[in-house]
Amino acid sequence: MGRIQLKQVRKTFGDVEVIPPLDLDIDDGEFVVFVGPSGCGKSTLLRLIAGLEDVSSGAIVIDGDDATQVPPAKRRLAMVFQSYALYPHMSVRKNIAFPLRMAKMDQAEQERRVSAAAEVLNLKAYLDRRPGQLSGGQRQRVAIGRAIVREPAAFLFDEPLSNLDAALRVGMRLEISELHKRLETTMIYVTHDQVEAMTMADKIVVLQAGKIEQVGSPLELYRAPRNLFVAGFIGSPKMNLITGPEAEKRGAKTIGIRPEHITASTTEGAWQGRIGVSEHLGSDTFFHVHLDGREEPVTVRAGGEVDLHHGDTIYLTPQEEHMHRFGPDDLRIA
Amino acid sequence: MATQHSRSAARLMMTPAVVLLLGWMLVPLIMTLYFSFTDYRPLRGIFDCCVGFENYERFVTSSAFLDSVLTTLIMVGGILAITVIGGILLAILLDQPMWGQGIVRILVIAPFFVMPTVSALVWKNMFMDPVNGVLAHLWRAFGMAPVDWLSQAPLFSIILIVSWQWLPFATLILLTAIQSLDSEQLEASEMDGAPTLKRFWYIILPHLSRAITVVILIQTIFLLSIFAEIFVTTQGSFGTRTLTYLIYQRVLESQNVGLGSAGGIIAVILANIVAIFLMRIVGKNLDT
Ligand SMILES: Nc1ncnc2c1ncn2[C@@H]1O[C@H](COP(=O)(O)OP(=O)(O)OP(=O)(O)O)[C@@H](O)[C@H]1O
Ligand SMILES: [Mg+2]
Repeated sequence: MGRIQLKQVRKTFGDVEVIPPLDLDIDDGEFVVFVGPSGCGKSTLLRLIAGLEDVSSGAIVIDGDDATQVPPAKRRLAMVFQSYALYPHMSVRKNIAFPLRMAKMDQAEQERRVSAAAEVLNLKAYLDRRPGQLSGGQRQRVAIGRAIVREPAAFLFDEPLSNLDAALRVGMRLEISELHKRLETTMIYVTHDQVEAMTMADKIVVLQAGKIEQVGSPLELYRAPRNLFVAGFIGSPKMNLITGPEAEKRGAKTIGIRPEHITASTTEGAWQGRIGVSEHLGSDTFFHVHLDGREEPVTVRAGGEVDLHHGDTIYLTPQEEHMHRFGPDDLRIA
Repeated sequence: MATQHSRSAARLMMTPAVVLLLGWMLVPLIMTLYFSFTDYRPLRGIFDCCVGFENYERFVTSSAFLDSVLTTLIMVGGILAITVIGGILLAILLDQPMWGQGIVRILVIAPFFVMPTVSALVWKNMFMDPVNGVLAHLWRAFGMAPVDWLSQAPLFSIILIVSWQWLPFATLILLTAIQSLDSEQLEASEMDGAPTLKRFWYIILPHLSRAITVVILIQTIFLLSIFAEIFVTTQGSFGTRTLTYLIYQRVLESQNVGLGSAGGIIAVILANIVAIFLMRIVGKNLDT
């Protein structure tokens, strides 16, 4: 079981309110991702749940019991740190067994659990090495191994993949998703990587300055961002946000259209512009198009092998059914 | 890396320093070696060259020798134990966030700047004096008879004085080591269910092991030659005669240069044996 509820949780460091009162409900078995710009309080929130920081007010409820005053070791949560935080003087085996040893579990059971974890994480061959003799990805797996042997109620990950190279990151992302499918344990995952958030989450929590901007499934956030901030934050490349007459024509202060929802043509269209920078990714091409009378370029996705270049004239037509409209208060207009 | 030319140039430029160092070290060593094979007692006007190993035999077989080696070991071991354990505790204490941290740290380091002779005198006259010492007053305040430290527990008193001097050194090195410990490791172990004492035992202490070996190595080298503290307090009486002090007595009090020199050579050999052992241990500890 791992149902975690935050009730009016608030955190201040001295005079600075890092997290204003906040409510959040995480169901058992859910994969929840916290995203937000740097410094918005993602790590702080995770550490509050873990018990590594005291809440300034409010309550944290785990499986129905108030855990606000419970020390971290007793919350049945396991955390994987960004720096892995392995114990450098212990072998991989000892590292993984450490929480079991602290719980005074008997030797045979420790052995069994460590080898089961090593099996799952492909660490069998490295059990007798020190962390210093492992690669980044292997260290990451040891850190995860140390977390899973405890059979916790929930896992907390704080940007666990940010120290890995791109290829390894994709691999580990899949492994963590798979682990979640197999264990069906609640996982809370902090990241500022779009792709990780979109691909792994059951539920994404978008934070800004400690405030929850929106909670929902990846597709909900993609299809119906609640406000301008979420609209600009979710999706890669970013949604084009346009103000002025075009927006007023549609009864909004700002309109948003994603690069993949604009049809590009060389002959005709609603808006005319010139191509600035183009990014060829192979499967896709992104054009940054300068429209007349607008400073910010509009990003457009075109097919992989379009033969257009810097300076060419291009016509753009937004797909009206995918248009997002936002009012003067920056909230979405239904 | 370096070319032939730059290497020979480097050698040339290093030569003066090396020659100076060698001279500095070799001249006294060779003179000591030479004297150790002579019967040289200047006050009596005796100078008898080449008596073979007679001096060595006399030095080693005298009853004072083994006692002095034992005293040296106890003294060095005791001081190491107090400074390392005390240093770890102080370092942990100083690592806690507190008001006036900077000043407290400077105060802790202060004893290291006091000359050994001065600190021994201060301890002898102001702390351990059975009539006017602070400790005597303290004892009387609790209604107990004051202790005459330097005659009732002389070895322990000297260990205390020297420990007081070396504690700052150990604390300083161990404090920097503690500060280099990744706080996420401590948090991870906290979440793994390790209470404070176990965190100390399983995380902090292993992290400090390197710094501890460095402290032990450096201190041992300096502690083997403690002199001023003994000279100022007990003058080597009451079982506080270390090897260093014994040699001093042989040369200056009995005016037997030959015998003292032989003792000096033996001390050099013993110190080297200790050093080799320590290097082995430290080397092992520094690798991993
Ligand atoms: N111990 C602390 N004392 C004072 N302020 C702190 C402390 N820890 C964090 N903060 C502040 O709280 C805010 C949120 O920090 P936090 O580490 O949670 O950000 P984050 O969302 O994890 O950012 P990142 O993505 O860069 O890791 C920051 O503005 C930070 O300066
Ligand atoms: Mg963070």
